[in-house]
Amino acid sequence: MQKRSIVPIVYILFLMLPIYWLIAMSFKTTNEILAGFSLFPQTFTIEAYVTIFTDPTWYWGYINSIIYVSLNTVISVCVALPAAYAFSRYRFLGDKQLFFWLLTNRMAPAAVFALPFFQLYSAVGLFDTHLAVALAHCLFNIPLAVWILEGFMGGVPKELDETAYVDGYSFPHFFVKIFLPTIKAGVGVTAFFCFMFSWVELLLAKTLTAVAAKPIAATMTKTASSAGYELGLLAAAGTLTIVPGAIVIYFVRNYIAKGFAMGRV
Amino acid sequence: MKTENQKAWFFVLPVLLLVAFNAIIPMMTVVNYSVQETFGDNLFFWEGLTWFEQLLNSERFYNALGRQFLFTFLILIIEVPLGIAIALAMPRKGFWVPVCLVLMSLPMLIPWNVVGAMWNIFALPDIGLLGYTLNHVLGINYDMTQDPIAAWFTIITMDVWHWTSLVVLLSYAGLVSIPEAYYQAAKIDGASNWSVFRFIQLPKMKNVLTIAILLRFMDSFNIYTEPFVLTGGGPGNSTTLLSIDLVKIALGQFDLGPAAAMSLIYFAITLLVSWLFYTLMNREDLNTEGER
Repeated sequence: MQKRSIVPIVYILFLMLPIYWLIAMSFKTTNEILAGFSLFPQTFTIEAYVTIFTDPTWYWGYINSIIYVSLNTVISVCVALPAAYAFSRYRFLGDKQLFFWLLTNRMAPAAVFALPFFQLYSAVGLFDTHLAVALAHCLFNIPLAVWILEGFMGGVPKELDETAYVDGYSFPHFFVKIFLPTIKAGVGVTAFFCFMFSWVELLLAKTLTAVAAKPIAATMTKTASSAGYELGLLAAAGTLTIVPGAIVIYFVRNYIAKGFAMGRV
Repeated sequence: MKTENQKAWFFVLPVLLLVAFNAIIPMMTVVNYSVQETFGDNLFFWEGLTWFEQLLNSERFYNALGRQFLFTFLILIIEVPLGIAIALAMPRKGFWVPVCLVLMSLPMLIPWNVVGAMWNIFALPDIGLLGYTLNHVLGINYDMTQDPIAAWFTIITMDVWHWTSLVVLLSYAGLVSIPEAYYQAAKIDGASNWSVFRFIQLPKMKNVLTIAILLRFMDSFNIYTEPFVLTGGGPGNSTTLLSIDLVKIALGQFDLGPAAAMSLIYFAITLLVSWLFYTLMNREDLNTEGER
C-alpha cells in the first residue's frame, strides 16, 4: 500500500513543477528572471500583482472573460436540459443521427472556423460583445452538456417520471420540482465542464473581440509584444488565470471523475 | 425502454438552432471558399476542385498530416497506459482522494495559451527550470529552438502534463465502480494481480477508456494553441502540425481557397476516425446490455 502511493505522488509532483515555476516567476522582478537561474525569488516582489489589480486594461480582461464564460454556462445548461431529457427518455425520428451530429461539432478544429466566425458575427452585428463569444462557445459546449446530462439522466429510473404523472404532476412542475433535484449533481458537473472549456478556449474568444469584450488572454499577448517582454507581469497574469478554475473545481471535487465519464459509470 | 414520441423534437429544437447557427453557416462559408479563388476586395472566382487536387498532390500537406498523426499516436500510447497505471495506484477512499483529484485536474483548467507560454518559459535553456536542469545539472544538450528532437520532446511532455489526468480520472471512475465482492472472489480463487487487472478491472474500465480515447483523439488531432505558442511550428517545420500549417495558410498567406479545402479534408479525417470510435463504443454498450 505504501509503495503503491509513490506513483500518484511522483505524478502530482510532475504536475506541480511547471505551475510552481510560473508562480515563483510571478514574484520575481523581470530583471531577476532574465539575469539567470534561481529556484526561489531572490528579491520577493508583488509589483506584478499590484499592476494587474490597479490597471483597468488588465483587470477588465478578467472581468470580460468571466462575463462571457458565465453567460455561456447559463445558456448551454438551460438549452441542454430539455434536449438531454428528450434523448434519454424518447425515441424519435433521427435521434441517433442528431446525437452524433451534435458530437461532431466538438471535433471541428477551432482554427478552421476562426475566420468564418469573425465574418458571421460581424454580419449579425455582435462582434466585440460578450454575447458573441458566449454564443460561439455553444458550438462545443452544448454538445458536451447534452452528452453529460444525458448520461446522468439515463441513470434515473423511468418509474420516477411515471409515478409523478400518476400523482397528477404536470410536465414542467415535475421537471423543476422533482427531476432537477434528482440530477442536481449532474447539473453541477455539467456547469463546471461548460465553465472550464469556455475558460480555456481563447482562439475564438480572441477572434470575436477587439476592445469592449477583450478576454484576458488577448491582453496578455498584447502586453507581451508592446511592452517588451515583461515576464514577471505575464507570469502573474498567467497565475491568476488558474484561480477561477481552482475555485470552481473545489465545489465539484467528488463528481469530477463521473463528469469526465459523461455520467456513464 | 424508451417510448416513441415525435414531440420530443420540440425539446431538442433550441439546441438544434443554436448549434446549427454556429456550425452550419461557418461550414458553408468554408465550403464556399474551398471552390473559389480570391485576390482580396471580396472578388471571388470559381475554381472548382482545383484546390482539392492541388492539396492531395502536395508533399507539404502529407508532411503536416503525418506529423499530426505522429503526435496523436505518441500521446495516446503514452497517456493511456500511464493514466491507467496511476489510476490503479491511487487510494480508493479517504482524505487523500479529493486532494489527488483536485490537484490532478489543475493543468486542465489553465487556458491553453497560458499552458503554451508557461512551458515555453519552463523549457528555456538557461533560465527555465526544465531547460536549466537538463542542460546544467544532467549535462544534456537541450534547446528546443534549435533541435527538432528537443522540440518534439517538449510538446509531447507538455501534452502528457496537460491531459494524462483526463485518462486517470476516467479510469479511476471505472475502478471505483467495481464492487469489493469481485476482489474477494478473485482472492479466494487465488488470482494473480495480472489476472485481476485483465479479467476484472480492465473490462470494467472498457467503456470509460473508450470515452477517454475518443476525447483524447479528437482534442489532440485538433490541437493548435499550445504547440503554436510553445514552438511556433519550429525549428524549421519540424513541429508544424496540420492545424498550425492550416492557420499559416489561411491567416498568414491569406490563401482562403486552399486553406478551406484543407479544412474540409482535415474535418473529414477527424470525423471518420471519431465515427469509428463512436460505433465501436455503442456496440460495446449494446453487448453489455445484452449480458444483463
